[in-house]
Amino acid sequence: MTNKLDSGVLVVALGSRGSLAAAHELLTAGRSLADTLKERLSAVLLGRPPAEAARDLVERGADKVFVLEHEALSRPDEELQAAALVQLCQKERFGKILFPSSVAGRSLAARLSVKLKAAIATDVFALDAGEAGLKVRRAGYGGNIIGEVEFASPSCVMTLQGMVWPPAPKTPGRAGQVEAVAFAPSATRTEFVSSQAQEAGEIDLGGADLVVSGGRGLGSPEGFKPVRALAKALGAAVGASRAAVDAGWIPYRHQVGLTGRTIRPKLYMACGISGQIQHLAGMSSAKTIVAINSDPECPMMKAATLAVAGDVHEILPLVTGEIMKRRGAAVA
Amino acid sequence: MAMGLNIVVCVKDTPTSLGVHVDSATKRVKHDGLQTALNPFDEYAVEEALRLKEKLPGSTTLAVSVGPPSAEGALREAMSRGIESAVLVSGPEFAGSDTYATSRALAAALRKLAADKPVHLVLFGKSSNDGNSGIVGPQVAAWLDWPSASSVKKIESVTDSAVTVTRMLEDGIDTLKLGLPAAVSTVKEINEPRLPSLKGKLSAKKAVIPRWTAADLGLGASEVGSAGSLARIAAESAPPSRPAGMTVEGATSAEKAAKLVDILIERKVI
Repeated sequence: MTNKLDSGVLVVALGSRGSLAAAHELLTAGRSLADTLKERLSAVLLGRPPAEAARDLVERGADKVFVLEHEALSRPDEELQAAALVQLCQKERFGKILFPSSVAGRSLAARLSVKLKAAIATDVFALDAGEAGLKVRRAGYGGNIIGEVEFASPSCVMTLQGMVWPPAPKTPGRAGQVEAVAFAPSATRTEFVSSQAQEAGEIDLGGADLVVSGGRGLGSPEGFKPVRALAKALGAAVGASRAAVDAGWIPYRHQVGLTGRTIRPKLYMACGISGQIQHLAGMSSAKTIVAINSDPECPMMKAATLAVAGDVHEILPLVTGEIMKRRGAAVA
Repeated sequence: MAMGLNIVVCVKDTPTSLGVHVDSATKRVKHDGLQTALNPFDEYAVEEALRLKEKLPGSTTLAVSVGPPSAEGALREAMSRGIESAVLVSGPEFAGSDTYATSRALAAALRKLAADKPVHLVLFGKSSNDGNSGIVGPQVAAWLDWPSASSVKKIESVTDSAVTVTRMLEDGIDTLKLGLPAAVSTVKEINEPRLPSLKGKLSAKKAVIPRWTAADLGLGASEVGSAGSLARIAAESAPPSRPAGMTVEGATSAEKAAKLVDILIERKVI
């Protein structure tokens, strides 16, 4: 049931400290959806994007890039950003609007759903544009249930899970339009005060291919040292279970699970994590799961692709040593 | 420092266990016999409301929920922790609500409350533990044209006219000042929820919780429940099971470590 008036796929290219990595994944999903529906793929940039950003999105699959250029839109004012996007969407009548499943992406998508009277689904990990219309899949109940969602409105808004679609490759010289869109900001009640970037050198969990994670089995804050050492050797992000965060061994931003972050890395190494439902909810979509635990019967060891039974304190440094050894050999 | 604020917490009654099962005939999660309680993420919003009230004398706290009559349980739980009053938005007409319809009903309830006395701040949990969407807060804000902030880990300050909050983002933190009234969705970093007191439990048990229907909120039949919803769950299923794993064997820890790294390299994982 396609409404002819509402067609086209829009990728909302929200930058994160100058990186459009999340948008590149959305372009892969959006391109495939647009091709199946025989519709156009557009993207939108907000604020003061670097000059090459629009070109980059075109070379990665966008047929048209709208640039909502205004200094005020580069600040995290969701009222204003949503108003600008609503104005564009009302004019262009996109049928499918894609956001990343980030804090900002989720909030903006929520606002758009209300203002555009559009159905919304968050954390979508599969899109199926069949004869019967678009069906998407998302997890609920902490990853224990997969829901298949249909939309009854002419247009819909989705936030897509990260690390599901690969980043769209660049085709240098690919043709596409770029259009600057004027936006006159009105006063809002959101005022940006300050921001602080994550600690330098820290790899973000959400975008990491490799994650080394620690839990209660580490026993103490010092227990995280070998986890960090292994993460460093692998170039991996550091994760943690709720038990480790609640014990104060590591800050909350590292928490994986229902209460923390949901991630889909290629490799998840669970060190001394028993695997409670709420933790598994955040990482069970990892491609390869390695569990190192003294209890071979715990849920994480059962869920693991590779289970290593034994003392995590003893095994972790040995794994790090082996990796350094092989790396050294490879260099030599 | 602000004068007293009227604070509303939006809560949901959700299953206590996420180990739910799908009815193979209906392809939907079986709800019969499921134990429910206050959504665990909402405990942080409830606690934050109580702390603000303690800090700002003259404040009021109220919990509101959209749900079946049994959702009263979640409201009583919020009251047993110290929330002073509650309203349940309920009726058969609300069955099958998606987040669009739920947020519309909550926004209408907030308008009705505000007609009586101003509502300054509305607090939400991170998400529900069953739906996992985490969008009802900003959706309610959109219906009311209010500012909002999600993933809030600290309320820095409150005045008569604004609340300053710090959010946890994927790549750092930021601080925003929102003009009141505003909607704020919390994360667990924000506080450590207190447990219900015996006295609180007793008074919560006795409390009379008014029920508002769609008509009470001025909403038509097409604006609520499945008729007023735009997203529909066609089917639910258990996730595909992961392929069986293997145990990495070895006589010593060193052997196991070497074997593990061998396999990871062989499979091109690292």
